[in-house]
Amino acid sequence: MLSKKQLFTRGMLDISPHMLSVIPFGIICGAIGVELGFNPYLVYAMSFIIFGGASQIVFLQLLSGGASSLVAVASVGIINSRHLLYGAVLSEYLEKLSFLKKLFISYVIVDQAFAESNKFFKKNTSEEFLHYHLIGTGCTLWVCWQIATLSGIILGSFVPEELGLKFAIPLTFIAIVVQDLKKIDHVIVMITCGLSSLLFFDAPFKSYIIISPVIALFIAALLLRLKK
Amino acid sequence: MTLVSIIIAGILTYFTRMTMVALISRDMLADKVKAVLEYVPSAVFPAIIFPGIFINDYGTFIEINDPKIYGALVAIVVGYLSKNIIATILAGLISYWFLIFVIFS
Repeated sequence: MLSKKQLFTRGMLDISPHMLSVIPFGIICGAIGVELGFNPYLVYAMSFIIFGGASQIVFLQLLSGGASSLVAVASVGIINSRHLLYGAVLSEYLEKLSFLKKLFISYVIVDQAFAESNKFFKKNTSEEFLHYHLIGTGCTLWVCWQIATLSGIILGSFVPEELGLKFAIPLTFIAIVVQDLKKIDHVIVMITCGLSSLLFFDAPFKSYIIISPVIALFIAALLLRLKK
Repeated sequence: MTLVSIIIAGILTYFTRMTMVALISRDMLADKVKAVLEYVPSAVFPAIIFPGIFINDYGTFIEINDPKIYGALVAIVVGYLSKNIIATILAGLISYWFLIFVIFS
């Protein structure tokens, strides 16, 4: 049985490799906001209030492109609706927490934190203070994201654009799913999702990001039925 | 951009994170649903990976010989064999840089 502190530290360690992509992306995200001419305080407020990388960039780009606030807000909501799926997966492990703790821990459920903590949860179901792992991954990512976007806002994009560091984002997620390529059913689900995301890329409000997982999960359900 | 629209976007985002965690309990999910939820990472992350590789900043498809495709393939192979996140990201980035700065420049 691991202590709370051990679990928290384990979470920090498990998420830290992803900072290789999160920190440059955060700097870019902060710098873009200022470059597009937005008030630096508001650009930073997004990192604190919304706390979701891709959705923050889309929000800024839509508004600077002349879209209405309604469209921008709706897009953020739709892009982030994928968290509903993360929550459904994690709910099983977080069930025992008090309502208040659930409210707090929800704030730090972001892509990489979900991915790493979910992997850990699956292997360590018997741990009593399991959620401290998620607090470790989520809070580490939160702190790094705040520092990275702030430095992008203050210093501008000191990450040379030629390096194309945005490419580190797909790479981080490749690192997350790559071991599942061993399983043919997961490969089918991944390819379904990936191709659907390209097919529906131009769907309104960036909805490809939730349409394609729904299609992929539907395929997963079909595969499960076939297996039996 | 107003603070109000950021706050509304933030509340919406928070609700996407909180709803399922706070409102669902174990017995509400049938075993079949749980089995499907096992696939969530594989069903969600490619929607970030594929556009990140195949679609450029202007929202159009990249060409078939784009260095990102090779960078991603290298990352998949290195990631699969090494099981190491840092190695996966660096392998993808370095092979991408090698192509854009050395080969295609």
